[in-house]
Amino acid sequence: MNDKEKQPELVQIQGSFGDRQRNPQTAGVSQPVPEIPGIRAELEKKQGREYWRSLNDLAAAPGFREALEREFPRQAIGWSEDEDSVEGRRKFLKLMGASLALAGLAACTKQPTEHIMPYIRQPEELIPGRPLFFATAATLNGVATGVLAESHEGRPTKLEGNPEHPASLGACDSFSQATVLELYDPDRSQTLAFRGDIRSWGSLFSMLRESLAVQKLKNGAGIRILTETVTSPTMAAQIQAIQKLYPGLKWHQWDPGGTHSARAAAMQTFGQPANTYYDFTNAKAIVSLDADFLAQGPGTLRYARQFSEGRRVRTGQMAMNRLYVVEPMLTPTGAKADHRIALRAGDIEEFAWALATSLGVANGPKNGENYEIYKWLGPIARDLQANKGASVVIAGAEQPPTVHALAHVMNDALGNVGKTVFHTDPIEANPVDQVASLEDLVKDLDAGAVDLLLVLGGNPVFNAPVELGLGSQFQKARLRVRLGLYDDETSAVCDWHLPETHYLETWGDARAFDGTVSIQQPLIAPLYDGRSALQVLQMLTVAPDQSPYQIVKGYWATQHTGADFEQWWRLAVHDGFIRGSALPPKTLAIRGAAITQPAAPEHLRGELEVIFRPDPTIYDGRFANNGWLQELPKPITKLTWDNAAIMSPATANRLGVYQGLNLDRTNDSAPMVDLTYQGRKLRAPVWVQPGHVNGAVTLYLGYGRTRAGRVGSGMGFNPYGLRTAKALWHDTGLAVKKTSGGYLFATTQDQHALDTRRHIIVASDIEPYRKDPEGLHANEEAPPRTLTLYPEWKYPNYAWGMAIDLNACTGCSACVTACVAENNIAVVGKDQVRRGRVMQWLRVDTYYNGENVNNPPTYNMPVPCMQCEDAPCELVCPVQATNHSAEGLNDMVYNRCVGTRYCSNNCPYKVRRFNFYLFSDWETPSLKLLHNPNVTVRSRGVMEKCTYCVQRINAAKIRSEKEGRHVRDGEIQTACQDACPTEAIIFGNINDPNSRVSNMKAQPSNYGLLAELNTRPRTTYLATFRNPNPEIEA
Amino acid sequence: MPDGQEVVEKQAKSEIIAPGYTFGTVTDQISAVVLTKKTPLFWVACFGVGFSLLLVFLWAVALLLAKGVGIWGIRTPVMWGFAITNFVWWIGIGHAGTLISAILLLLNQSWRNSINRFAEAMTLFAVACAGMFPLLHLGRPWLFYWLFPYPNSMGVQPQFRSPLVWDVFAVSTYATVSAMFWYVGLMPDMATLRDRAKNRVARVLYGMGAMGWRGSAKHWSIYETASLLLAGLATPLVLSVHTVVSFDFTIAILPGWHSTFFPPYFVAGAIYSGFAMVLALAIPLRSVYGLQGLITDRHLENAAKIMLATGLIVSYAYIMETFLAWYSGDIFEEAAFWHRMTGPYASTYWALISCNIILPQALWIKRIRTNPVTLFIWSIIVLIGMWLERYVIIVSSLAQDYLPSSWGYFHATRWDWATFAGTVGLFMFLFFIFIRLLPMISIFEVRTLLPQARVKGA
Repeated sequence: MNDKEKQPELVQIQGSFGDRQRNPQTAGVSQPVPEIPGIRAELEKKQGREYWRSLNDLAAAPGFREALEREFPRQAIGWSEDEDSVEGRRKFLKLMGASLALAGLAACTKQPTEHIMPYIRQPEELIPGRPLFFATAATLNGVATGVLAESHEGRPTKLEGNPEHPASLGACDSFSQATVLELYDPDRSQTLAFRGDIRSWGSLFSMLRESLAVQKLKNGAGIRILTETVTSPTMAAQIQAIQKLYPGLKWHQWDPGGTHSARAAAMQTFGQPANTYYDFTNAKAIVSLDADFLAQGPGTLRYARQFSEGRRVRTGQMAMNRLYVVEPMLTPTGAKADHRIALRAGDIEEFAWALATSLGVANGPKNGENYEIYKWLGPIARDLQANKGASVVIAGAEQPPTVHALAHVMNDALGNVGKTVFHTDPIEANPVDQVASLEDLVKDLDAGAVDLLLVLGGNPVFNAPVELGLGSQFQKARLRVRLGLYDDETSAVCDWHLPETHYLETWGDARAFDGTVSIQQPLIAPLYDGRSALQVLQMLTVAPDQSPYQIVKGYWATQHTGADFEQWWRLAVHDGFIRGSALPPKTLAIRGAAITQPAAPEHLRGELEVIFRPDPTIYDGRFANNGWLQELPKPITKLTWDNAAIMSPATANRLGVYQGLNLDRTNDSAPMVDLTYQGRKLRAPVWVQPGHVNGAVTLYLGYGRTRAGRVGSGMGFNPYGLRTAKALWHDTGLAVKKTSGGYLFATTQDQHALDTRRHIIVASDIEPYRKDPEGLHANEEAPPRTLTLYPEWKYPNYAWGMAIDLNACTGCSACVTACVAENNIAVVGKDQVRRGRVMQWLRVDTYYNGENVNNPPTYNMPVPCMQCEDAPCELVCPVQATNHSAEGLNDMVYNRCVGTRYCSNNCPYKVRRFNFYLFSDWETPSLKLLHNPNVTVRSRGVMEKCTYCVQRINAAKIRSEKEGRHVRDGEIQTACQDACPTEAIIFGNINDPNSRVSNMKAQPSNYGLLAELNTRPRTTYLATFRNPNPEIEA
Repeated sequence: MPDGQEVVEKQAKSEIIAPGYTFGTVTDQISAVVLTKKTPLFWVACFGVGFSLLLVFLWAVALLLAKGVGIWGIRTPVMWGFAITNFVWWIGIGHAGTLISAILLLLNQSWRNSINRFAEAMTLFAVACAGMFPLLHLGRPWLFYWLFPYPNSMGVQPQFRSPLVWDVFAVSTYATVSAMFWYVGLMPDMATLRDRAKNRVARVLYGMGAMGWRGSAKHWSIYETASLLLAGLATPLVLSVHTVVSFDFTIAILPGWHSTFFPPYFVAGAIYSGFAMVLALAIPLRSVYGLQGLITDRHLENAAKIMLATGLIVSYAYIMETFLAWYSGDIFEEAAFWHRMTGPYASTYWALISCNIILPQALWIKRIRTNPVTLFIWSIIVLIGMWLERYVIIVSSLAQDYLPSSWGYFHATRWDWATFAGTVGLFMFLFFIFIRLLPMISIFEVRTLLPQARVKGA
């Protein structure tokens, strides 16, 4: 009995340790060690429950804290130069647990008895060791992507795409995948607090009751709700219901990276809110006006799939679509372009006008001073016109409404609407102008009209336009209640901080890019005492006590008309989305006033253009505390853990900060510049990016967090400090001045031009390949198979192999995140990345071709282990820790490895990763839950590498052997393959001539990386092709 | 050999030992260093430096074992850095001892008798220092014994295709044979010390070391046989050890490593650095202990000539290596050498060329060759050059290999330096203990160099 009662107490102890109200000053400073023995003597007097409660209390006492700090310093420094004090990033994985462990060690002379119990009745469907998959949906800016969560004995460990979900098609982007780490993040807020003091939900509720009672008399005129973009039908209905109760209540929305322009453009073009989505399947000519549709934005996974389907080159299938991209900063989409023009973000509008004029649908000048804009207009326009109904003009979310309007007009004129471009009703519940909405809120705050401010999610104090001064304006609300996953910058200025449940812990719903309603179901009971936004909103309604399940299901019960609701609901939850709930395409008439007159071209007048973009890995800052995403090399730049002032080599040269491209990033520090825009200043290091447009500086948002948590706080620079409502995405008038100091970046790859003699990337235009496929391999050397002393391996059963279609790869790096999640790959922190010790098994290499640094052709190449037949690594291991398996894998036996690292030296592909320290987290309780139980968590001093997800291979083999059959083609999907939106990675049995991978390897475009070394790699590549417009090429 | 009387006259001119020594004075002078002379300040200072650096070594190793090899500057792709550089360097230094004691013995180069003892000791201690690194550089050094073939319940044996396993055998055999050779040679001298020591403890200890040596004809006969056999055993080792060490590189497919002429090139380099170390030790020692009469300028000159000869072989190797990189037409090989010469490690490369090829040419000049001070400086230059050679081969080849995407540069951390300096300390520590406790010059062998000995023999 007594034991049972202890359980919740233990949980509480964990909770209280988890809070991060620690004094950072104490780290590393030598202080007299408080008397732990004294504390122990205190404890020994106490017994049983009292004992634990005292420990709980003690844990909060500063003396005890200090003792812990001394024994397990938060940032253990001083021993080696190799860990500077600001580092300690990877320690987030460890020290949390260390503190806990010590709490036990330091306080106990005897452990209390705790009985653990096996299942008495095994839960239905649960077979220990066999994961279950549940459909749910991840959201970004409110827009859903369907995912399948892999659950091991009740804990979600990995997210895959939901193959049936229209926004996923089985693929999964890095953001969504990394949310599983967010779930277990030990820095998540774990307790409800009122001005820093821990309170109960009951006390919040009674406070709310009081406040609402007052508001009832004022019709709720003093209540403001601030949310992120809401597409959830349930939440929309809730807010509507609340607004009925309190008609004076106002609902505001703010997302710093939202589709503000598209929203405004719909009003401008159609006179009504609308949602636009695309279908690239049949698009033959695509013009992207600064739209990175292959890597970012709603529907990106689907678009990437459709786009790559339209350019798969196989024997007998040589047709390719053609992509024109105009953009300022090189993006994955730009890297895939057949023709790319680097234009300043502000010049894209002029380009759009000119293109529309060339197409005869607008009235603008046909020529202008900027040669870049006008040089290819004729050929592009003719290409579009030749593909009426089979072309797409897509405007980037960051481009102003006029560009979107022009795109709408062009698509309409080209007959694309209804074929490749679709308009529907908006997917957002309340598509308002978010900037105006926020400004409205600030006006009310300033006027003192806000009594109760409810901030649900987001982080507006950090990411709202800087001139609004949201941080100080918030203080003018009488009562500020904040619901958030983290106790962040916004929580700091709110009275109440409520811990939010993660979406994997609760019920919810959201719409996908095409309006498809996706149902979110919980995979695990809330780890901490959190509630969801739906629950908090419910507190304002007449039925405040409903569970999230009741709320969501209750809403859909009112929506479903048939009698078979239960069955319908079960199916929707099972599928993860409601079939047929996509919004129907509509034909919208274009208003005459859609496009007026082109604005005069922008001149820099000696200054530069500032461009703000959501970060490719941490987005708007919401993922700043996510180690996986921080350490994921950003596509193109390969930068980790940081943002920078990104500029072209020429601009850097002009500013006197050009250092050349071949740098040693371990030691060469980047110069710093002062950026001044509208009187606001930001000091940032310079990143020189080939392909970036001259005369502009791109700043990725989201860095410079101050209260992100132990991983994200203090990393990078905060461009929100320059970002105003007028210039959400770009503006001219940026002054840049070189300043003193330097900055060390952590990159996983330096910038390299391709040495074509090395045959790393095999690339060709499609036309020559059509004529002579073998010409591709003209200069390749294929050593004879007899050039080895050792006998050939025999593979009687399976021979696993992989083929990677470089023509499909966009370099989005979703595969890298998938690999990290699947294989328990450690996060090592910025300092270790800088020292070349990143642990990711799979990397995406980026190469530039040719001498033109202003706009070089760019290639991406995912590099997993090649699993060579004649593997150089196997030969040199002195202890047989890496061996050839009977199925052709180079297996790595961690337990046998002594760490000579000879294998890595002898690997020509350098795909092996070494645990220079104990990189894996063996301590933090919540992160233990995250680990894939089928993959060893590696310890210090052992080598590790890609295994083709051998755990998945073995699971499939066991399944097939039980069923007395062979493993089917496609039954095993490696994690990288699973995540890939373009199906660029294909894995399978190369002994089976009919398998997909065998078919790919039989293509004439197939080649082995460094095949001349006679390593005979199992992973091979399909060449990448360009489909240039003959008019432009000539 | 012509008849006795003539020999005496002829040899008197080119006598290796200074005139005026008798059997007694040789014994007196050498044993006095250990038994009666006051310990000179030089010894205290060098031992002090060695001991301090040894403490640095222990500190660095403790940290290494506690935290992992991450404290060093190694990284992907440069997974080997200082540790293997130091290993090859130390092993190379060790070569001179065996060469002097074994090969020169077989070649009847009797002048070697003055320097073979401490050269052998140097070999042993250098091998001890070298042996540290393959152990310490392991990710999990506590499992080093998995490299040995021993019966175990795991049913796994070492992988005999790996040069690292060959290393284990080569180095351990070398260490064993060198130790035996050294010890066998020490026995007669230990007996001398036993007989001369006044201190009872010293007498007992030297007596145990002498293993009952009484200097009977039987003893000498067995000694001669054993010493010849060991010399025969050690001779191939001089060639094989560094050959096997060079296999660590040549077996790999890395451009800059994968090369068939590494074995002779490495052996020559090893002897080169070994003789440099012999000179670096002999020159200060003989002046501090007044042994110029036993280790004469001719010894130094001979060693300098060997240094020059091996240096030329090494130079030839560099030139051929570079030529072949171009001549092979292999773009990776070509690039590797181009990077070496112009890339991030260019300064190191050119320093190595200066130290190993250009500056040693000064040894052609007799004045430099015979002046102990300049010779000492040159020996240090060669030691530095040979260390840089290994560093360049290992680090620059690894830093820039096949895929430019993986290139990355090694930067030594302070722990790299601490470990290296630490083994220098360990070496000095051991060597100066040896100087203090054992005769640094073989007493009985030097006596055979005296004209008196030869007259009798003839």
